[in-house]
Amino acid sequence: MAAEQTISPASKATSGPNWLLRDLAGLAVILVLAGIGYLLFPNNLALLTRITAIALLVLSLDLVTGYCGIATLGHAALFGAGAYAAGIAAAHFGITDPIIMVVIGAIGGAAAGLLAGAIMLRGHGLAQLVLSIAIVYLFHETANKASGWTGGSDGLAGISPDPVFGLFGFDLWGRTAYVFGIVLLVLVFLLLRVLVRSPFGMLCRGIKEDPVRVSAMGASVNATLLRMYVISGAVAGVGGALNAISTQVVGLDSLSFTTSAEALVMLVLGGTGSLYGGLIGTLVFMWFEDFVSSINPFHWLTIVGALLIAVVLFAPSGLYGTAVQLLQRIRDKR
Amino acid sequence: MQTVFSVGTDALAYGMVLFVISIGLSVTMGLMRVVNLAHGAFAMIGGYIASYAAHMLGFGYAVAILLAVAGTILISIPIERFLFRRIYGAPELTQVLMTIGITFCVIGIANYVFGPTLKTIPLPDMLRGPVDLGYRSIAAHKLFAIACGVVVAGALWFLIDRTAFGVKLRASVDNAAMAGSLGVRTRIVYAVSSAVAVGLAAFGGIVGAELLPIEPYYALRYMVTFLVVVSVGGAGSIPGALLACLVLGAIDTTGRYLVPEYGEFFFYLAVITIVCLFPNGLLGRKR
Repeated sequence: MAAEQTISPASKATSGPNWLLRDLAGLAVILVLAGIGYLLFPNNLALLTRITAIALLVLSLDLVTGYCGIATLGHAALFGAGAYAAGIAAAHFGITDPIIMVVIGAIGGAAAGLLAGAIMLRGHGLAQLVLSIAIVYLFHETANKASGWTGGSDGLAGISPDPVFGLFGFDLWGRTAYVFGIVLLVLVFLLLRVLVRSPFGMLCRGIKEDPVRVSAMGASVNATLLRMYVISGAVAGVGGALNAISTQVVGLDSLSFTTSAEALVMLVLGGTGSLYGGLIGTLVFMWFEDFVSSINPFHWLTIVGALLIAVVLFAPSGLYGTAVQLLQRIRDKR
Repeated sequence: MQTVFSVGTDALAYGMVLFVISIGLSVTMGLMRVVNLAHGAFAMIGGYIASYAAHMLGFGYAVAILLAVAGTILISIPIERFLFRRIYGAPELTQVLMTIGITFCVIGIANYVFGPTLKTIPLPDMLRGPVDLGYRSIAAHKLFAIACGVVVAGALWFLIDRTAFGVKLRASVDNAAMAGSLGVRTRIVYAVSSAVAVGLAAFGGIVGAELLPIEPYYALRYMVTFLVVVSVGGAGSIPGALLACLVLGAIDTTGRYLVPEYGEFFFYLAVITIVCLFPNGLLGRKR
């Protein structure tokens, strides 16, 4: 007993500062980039806030795709559920405090995650993929039909959030929304770093590698995956709520198959299974999209397609994964 | 009674078009285990070539179909050789991304070359107007689509169930490695069946152009539908695909006629229910 106690702090001490340092460095990079964005594009903060919201969606997708190995083309269902939950709370029930709206969005996303996860875990492979697509379409059609609650294809308008803490009002330039979004992103990112390093996160990785072996070790595969799905739903819901708060409107496109597919593309572009990759992919993809589609939206599609093919063929581990491998190789040579 | 009849014929025509397009996908997915989202793109390419041949070059309907099928197969050969062959046996995520990428490229290029407008394929006089069935009349092109579906189903059944090639194909679907070691040249089986699959997709795209109109977003709009058909029917099963097309066609068409404000709600609800109950598809085999 005593020996164990002396060993475990020592082993922690050798591995501890390394990851702590790396996470702090990652955090610093996010904050510096956010600051640069604020200074360079003061007239385009709405785009930056949207990137932040989508980054939350991509992070949540990384939790199920990167850490659990579930390929899904329907993750926007969870994002949209959070957006509509926060939006309906504000427009129909007068709950306009932004922090409470985010909490409601997280709960809405988690509920959608529970439902989607329970359905999707029934299948494997092709069946699972088709189920994910069917779920996002089903959510989309439901939101379209229930236009009394959701505004249907016109979108849900009439969301006017209160100032944060009663101090910082949401202004025309979107400064408050931007800072609010970055703070949310940083908090969620830190929580997720802790989560994926926890025993639970390790269990999820184990399931991704070999589900049969994990279940032979006595862990319940489906219960673990479902739990991760609910967590992922909460994260996506926070992203949706942020989008609803910053744009003050929720449209059907937040629940669409296209959004889901784009989120997957961003994740793979950046690299799965590291959280950093998701952030990088979102930033690169959305900035590039804004740049190219202002010239011609159809060229944009061709370029995304070519980019996807190139990533699959030449950089299957994404931008972040490839960069890490390059650094590793340089370090090994020394 | 009038409604029941028109829903029935529309559902049958729609289901048969779905069948002609997606049966190739079903066979190749059963054979090569590739989740292929680019199949609709080939149907769209077929439609574009046929439209171009008919409008710009002035060919008749039958020649346009032949040209389009041949042209689409030609276009598909380098795509198969350089892109698809690299993702056989890769994880699903890789296959999904690669095929989505191909679809996006095809959409972008089609729009660049042919413009964003809807393309029509002029029907011959024989297929225009209604056909009198004695007590009801039905649009001739729908009857033609149904007939094409029946012919394709019959021909495929004969090819796979009665010929030597069919024996090799079935052996490769069941166990490609074992078939190869018994002397079946699986590479040739793969190449022929992908060519047939692409050709059928192009054919279905032309025959169904009146029901699924040809435009640049065609590949994206129906991408999911074709994949759903294969999943519901069971990859690699021809009777399964036929059953899935008829069931899904009936549900979709009935929904559109009776409760149009729900859109595709019932279609996807049915898909979730069926896939949850039969994870390997209606008539698919357990893997």
